[in-house]
Amino acid sequence: MSENSNEQPIYGLLAEFSSAGELVTATRAARKAGFTKIDAYSPLPLEELFEALGLHKSRLPLIVLIGGIVGACAGYGLAYWTSVIDYPINVGGRPFHSWPAFIPITFETTVLFAAFSAVLGMLALNGLPQLYHPVFNVSRFAVASKDRFFLLIEAVDPEFDYDKTWSFLTKLEPRVISDVEH
Amino acid sequence: MAKAKLDRSAFMLPAGHHLHSVQRIALIVGIVAAGLTAFGAMSNPVQFFRSYLVAYLYCLALGLGSLGILLLHHVVGGRWGSILRKFLEAGSRTLPMLALAFVPLLFGMHELYEWSHADAVAHDPVIAHKSLYLNSTFFTVRAAVYFLVWITLATLASRWSAAQEEGGGPAVNKRLEFLGRGGTILYAGTMTFAAIDWVMSIDVHWFSHIYGLIFVAGQVLTAMAFMVVVASSFAGRAPFERIMCADRFHDLGKLMLAFIMVWAYFALSQYLIIWSGNLPEETPWYISRLSGGWEHFGSALIIFHFVLPFVVLLSRDVKRNPRSLALVACALLVFRYMDLYWLVVPSFSPGVFTLHWLDFSAMAALGGLWIALFVQQIKGHTLLPLGDPMLAPELAEGAES
Repeated sequence: MSENSNEQPIYGLLAEFSSAGELVTATRAARKAGFTKIDAYSPLPLEELFEALGLHKSRLPLIVLIGGIVGACAGYGLAYWTSVIDYPINVGGRPFHSWPAFIPITFETTVLFAAFSAVLGMLALNGLPQLYHPVFNVSRFAVASKDRFFLLIEAVDPEFDYDKTWSFLTKLEPRVISDVEH
Repeated sequence: MAKAKLDRSAFMLPAGHHLHSVQRIALIVGIVAAGLTAFGAMSNPVQFFRSYLVAYLYCLALGLGSLGILLLHHVVGGRWGSILRKFLEAGSRTLPMLALAFVPLLFGMHELYEWSHADAVAHDPVIAHKSLYLNSTFFTVRAAVYFLVWITLATLASRWSAAQEEGGGPAVNKRLEFLGRGGTILYAGTMTFAAIDWVMSIDVHWFSHIYGLIFVAGQVLTAMAFMVVVASSFAGRAPFERIMCADRFHDLGKLMLAFIMVWAYFALSQYLIIWSGNLPEETPWYISRLSGGWEHFGSALIIFHFVLPFVVLLSRDVKRNPRSLALVACALLVFRYMDLYWLVVPSFSPGVFTLHWLDFSAMAALGGLWIALFVQQIKGHTLLPLGDPMLAPELAEGAES
């Protein structure tokens, strides 16, 4: 069933599983076997899968934190600059630098900047929108958004060797293993 | 799916758990401090009632906040609440005793509330105008109604929860959800009035509409922090560790962060509105709290009750570790007392910072007795709601293995 495609380098090997549990087990096994360039596809979010893929150490929280801090400074700075420096108006005898009045706008811009950095940072880190991905060359992959679970091991992985990886995946007892062409 | 029979006794309080010794110590501290407080009450009744009021409001927050979170959980669901539910039920079952502990305040009405003085009513048109609502008879009747509502809600929540555990089925689940829906509204409503009666009316000329909600947010935060500490003592212990896992503490940490922000939001809203309006009948409340030493207290609240826990709880690792989360919760429990102190005491001592040994002894007395009572309520019950459909998959998994 396997054809050696050494002449035509492939993108990776894709194993299809029928349950979430099997996919999580397989992902853990692949990581344990030393594979690093792996990815898993599931029709529903699986908390254990993040952990199995080691995805929790994302840089996104840091980006959002920086976004939030920049937003807070921007909001407070805007309020300060307009009411103290650029256009000071005496309102009810209060000092120009009336911090309580600046809090709502500071809060709003903190949330706004943090939310924008979350969305844009997420897109920057995961590389979306992506117009082409080789995994779609496998026609069966369409069911990844329905009821099947997939594990991909990329050929660029230093541990990747076509025959060895194939037999490793076979041991995980997937339904099908497919070559993913470029 | 075949239902594996769960061993109920495995989910009771284990014999060697340190809550047993906590209860003993709390009881001893409570009794000794109660003796001291009683002595103080003889020599300085005015100070006693003031100290007792703050301590009472703190313990009420533990009991009533538990009821509030419990009812909220019955409406919105979620496994975070399932792991706390039995503790929350135990907390809410302390309400009958809290009703009893309210009685001394009825005797202290004259010492605490200006509106209870006949000459004040006669000479002050504002107090006279409010006397239809603020009079000792109606005050007592209202307190009775609040406690009746709270105790009824707590009793029903515990009773129907027990029915659910005995296999009550979807009908009982539905009833609990219904109780939660009506109950949360009743809780927020009655607590708003209770806060007006028991605390806001000390400054009889002053009023603020968000005042009750500041108390509700504070109570929920107090109870949440306390329950995090209790739950953390079961993390990593069989058979609880599978259900009280890092993911659940992560949830509790997020909720605690949210409640801190709600408290800050309410507190700031009131300040911002009064500061913007700058009206002579509203500002004195803040002036008496931001002068004579109280201003440092207020700044400390901003830093320790909001900024510091906010920043610390942003960390994912802190929230997922039961020990570090419990540490944050312990600190919050201290700052909750500070917040109540700052809300209540400056009304008696505007612009002059004051702290009396009776403040400590009253808190130790009521707090110690409350904790002893709480642990007593935990005993004899399972510590996880075994009938909760939300926990069914995990419990079944545990029974198989």
